[in-house]
Amino acid sequence: MRMVIVAGTPGSGKTAVLVHVLKSLMRDNFTASVVKIDCLYTDDDKKFKKIGIPTLIGLSMDMCPDHYAIYNIEDMIDWARQNNSDFLIIETAGLCHRCAPYTKNCLGVCVIDATSGPNTPLKVGPFLSTADIVVVTKGDMISQAEREIFRERIFEVNPNAKIIEANGLSGQGCLELADEIVKSPEVSLESEKLRHSAPLAVCTLCVGETRVNKKYHRGILRRIDGFQTYQGE
Amino acid sequence: MIKKVTILGGYDKFGEKEPVRRVDIKRGEIFGVVGPTGSGKSSLIADIEQLAQRDTFSKRKILVNDKEPTYEDRTNPRKKMVAQLSQNMNFLADMTVGEFLTLHAKCRGAHKSCVEKVIKLANTLTGEPIKEGHDLTILSGGQSRALMVADVAIISDSPIVLIDEIENAGIRKHEALEVLSGHGKIVMVVTHDPILALMTDKRIVMKNGGMQKIVTTTPHEKELSEELSKIDDLLLNLRDKVRHGEIIEDIQLKGLTS
Repeated sequence: MRMVIVAGTPGSGKTAVLVHVLKSLMRDNFTASVVKIDCLYTDDDKKFKKIGIPTLIGLSMDMCPDHYAIYNIEDMIDWARQNNSDFLIIETAGLCHRCAPYTKNCLGVCVIDATSGPNTPLKVGPFLSTADIVVVTKGDMISQAEREIFRERIFEVNPNAKIIEANGLSGQGCLELADEIVKSPEVSLESEKLRHSAPLAVCTLCVGETRVNKKYHRGILRRIDGFQTYQGE
Repeated sequence: MIKKVTILGGYDKFGEKEPVRRVDIKRGEIFGVVGPTGSGKSSLIADIEQLAQRDTFSKRKILVNDKEPTYEDRTNPRKKMVAQLSQNMNFLADMTVGEFLTLHAKCRGAHKSCVEKVIKLANTLTGEPIKEGHDLTILSGGQSRALMVADVAIISDSPIVLIDEIENAGIRKHEALEVLSGHGKIVMVVTHDPILALMTDKRIVMKNGGMQKIVTTTPHEKELSEELSKIDDLLLNLRDKVRHGEIIEDIQLKGLTS
């Protein structure tokens, strides 16, 4: 089993790119199963099912979506094995930009929208900096110069990435991504680890506190001036 | 040295083979791309910009000097053979003109002194002066376009130049075309403007997403192009007067048509 984990900002074109990639994998007689992770709602499963791909949806609801994805990886792999798939493709929601859902031996794919501005690669954190492949979408909406600057900015945070310029509408670049997926290594769960540690996240908000005043907050807390402290037992 | 670019035909919007199966464009030639809106002109230009290898919607293949370009050729801006002026007229980058040009010069491996040259050249193409400290996002349509033209001419100084409609932007289009085409380059220009179309050596006629035929500009058309330029000058003059609040009292049509 080979595993591809796709992360990216909402609306960047993850699903559109993946649909083209999957079609191309199917043309080459590979089989794939897709898991789409989201927080509250998604109907992207219809797009995958429409092209005949076994699709599972996971809604994380009150749990952090990346933690939810990682926690369920074992079940997802089992499910894809039952489908006799060559590839398990997990599309994540990825929201706070502090986590990266990639494991050491998966193929980590980050999808990022070129119209989001040339400073975006500096802002989005580990899901870009620890990716193997960075797929840049919507490049046709901006000038060539801006596209080139965007690319340079990606290399600033992830010098080893392979950048693919793709278009979710026309399918440009998706063949190249499919080739990389075919080349990706086998994954065994026993020795698998995350590439990047998650943030320190146990706090009063996690357990349901809604009051805003400072005095009610416990856990690892960071002030706006950068001072970090632990409040509590 | 790039001597020739070849477009190998693919398919139109309906999945039919496009009638033109091969186009060779040699160094020093200017090609026009004409056709109604939605006929696939911008897609053709995009195929060349990406040096498509049957991996785009049209399934066209682009050869350079009769060879397939390498992956590096296709992606690394320092090796990029193609400079493109796209239809998009606005900058989205949240930075100043100076910062933007400095960054782009770095991407292309060009010297920092280019920044000043680009701004100077841009200011010859547009009426409203652009300054290094201006925010990119507040530039007018004409200023953005002039800056893009100058950026393509100086920083992205590449042997293949693709221009997608320079006429809509309120800049001096003939000067812009001259600045962009330089000497010994391969130039393709998408246009709806008969004057620009007749300034080219050949024009590819697009229909339904496919290359329909290639028309060679006749010597007679070249003559007509000069006549048309006179009409254009007249219109430009009138436009300037209207812009400056003058009253138009007379139009000198005499001698415009022979």
